[in-house]
Amino acid sequence: MIVLPQIDLLVMSFRFETDDGKMIWGFSNYLQFFEEPIYWLTFVRTAIYSILVTFLTLVIALPLAFYITKVVAPKFQGFLLVLILLPFWVSELVRVYGWMILLRESGVINHFLVKLGIFQRPVEMLYQDSTMILGLVYTTMLFMVVPIVSVLESLDNSLIEAAYDLGANMWSILFKIIIPHATPGIVSGSIVVFMLTLGNYLTPNLMGGKNSLWFTEQIYNQFIASFNWNQGSAFGFLLLLLSSLIVWVGLKLTRQNLKKVVQ
Amino acid sequence: MIRTLPTSKTYNRFFKFYVILYFTFLFAPLVVTCVLAFNDSQFPSLPWKGYTLDWFTANLPDRVGIFHDRINLDSIWVSFRVAFFVTLLSTTVGTCGAFLFEQEDFRFKQLLYFLMLAPLVIPGVILGISILLLSNTLGTYFETSWGVDIDLFRPGFWLVVLGQFSFIATLVTLVVSARLKKFDRTLEEAALNLGANRFEVIWHITLKFLRPAIFGAAALAFLMSFENFNTTLFLVGHEATLPINLYLQVRDGSTPVINATSFLLIVGTSLVALANLYFSRKSE
Repeated sequence: MIVLPQIDLLVMSFRFETDDGKMIWGFSNYLQFFEEPIYWLTFVRTAIYSILVTFLTLVIALPLAFYITKVVAPKFQGFLLVLILLPFWVSELVRVYGWMILLRESGVINHFLVKLGIFQRPVEMLYQDSTMILGLVYTTMLFMVVPIVSVLESLDNSLIEAAYDLGANMWSILFKIIIPHATPGIVSGSIVVFMLTLGNYLTPNLMGGKNSLWFTEQIYNQFIASFNWNQGSAFGFLLLLLSSLIVWVGLKLTRQNLKKVVQ
Repeated sequence: MIRTLPTSKTYNRFFKFYVILYFTFLFAPLVVTCVLAFNDSQFPSLPWKGYTLDWFTANLPDRVGIFHDRINLDSIWVSFRVAFFVTLLSTTVGTCGAFLFEQEDFRFKQLLYFLMLAPLVIPGVILGISILLLSNTLGTYFETSWGVDIDLFRPGFWLVVLGQFSFIATLVTLVVSARLKKFDRTLEEAALNLGANRFEVIWHITLKFLRPAIFGAAALAFLMSFENFNTTLFLVGHEATLPINLYLQVRDGSTPVINATSFLLIVGTSLVALANLYFSRKSE
């Protein structure tokens, strides 16, 4: 169920139609990818933006997870966690739709800004790369917060107290104690966020503009719009390769292994 | 720094501000969507024109509420059926998988375990297209070799179920395994000693112990399936599930009916999620 489709995908990607309509084997689908700048540009863009989104999510999630596990009074802990979890049970589509209503030219934020006299006329905030990144960060946030919360819970408070008593300042505590301890959680969170961002179709499609084409959209176009399944398979396989590669590099860099990360 | 250490006022204030900001960021889109579902205006945007239930119940020429909207209602029904079968299948298979990986030893266990985890790192879109390709290949094969046309291999209801099942089963396996790890196997041995057979042991002891995890996993599977978009997008036939249908509507322009549907979705999923959380708390 899992392996067979991937093999079929690979096989399909090496076949292409010649001019006389026969199917033969070859690399032409992959060559096509490297010859057309728009294809590999989208590919590179998707990869870079995914890494950026992963990084942003981490920066936002880390203080929050720290606050929940270490700073806030224990009786609010459970409540805050439930609050964080709740929105993510709701469909991604609904959440993206909410952002569209907020940000569009006739949207809620613009309405208030104009009322308050900050803007003279409404500004189109939707359909830009920055809003797309905002949307992606928003939709994947949970998958970063939860693993970090669970590793920080196992961090012994006395370690931080000891460092504090020995005169460490906030930053050295952060970089020498908290982050090293949280690395497994950070890595697993980053992998999940990265995968979700890379494979996301909805958010870039609805929130990104005409210029912010996502690679999954290219795949969709090849499959559904131009019915070039072989080309689409080649793209799909490239995406699979890219995601496995980056996850592998990430694991190697932080010396973690997949099995440990999953648990 | 932390609760037990003295902290400066600015530090505390800054943290509080940050968390409040975060939660505003988190809830703003959802709240706005819900509120605008009740706005008496043709478009889901401000200014506020008064409270109305039209987008739920109306059946007028210029505004059709969600309860009279055939297309939306149909897609909700399709989603329910898909989610039902996916839950049933993936809970059964996932639980068996958890037993397999936790309690048995066999050759290639590591390899199989790795393969079971694979769907977690394969983007949903890829899963969708590869399953589409495989079913297409199989379909053509059966048709050219034996001349039978099997409906299952066409994009449609059952392919969607299969596609979602392929990765949701993994999640169920992980959830159930986590619980099974805590299980004390001496309980099983005791029951066997007391004369129970293998089947009775599993039914009365092990499954009873696993019940909260299984229910939790089933609820998770149901929600995941209900709102899956990426994989479903490629496998869907003429029966659109709710997310696909909503996507088509959102893309073509928005009406408050989408808000109304979203509102129902938000309320529904929150209730399921809260119930799930409540029961899992209680069992612990």
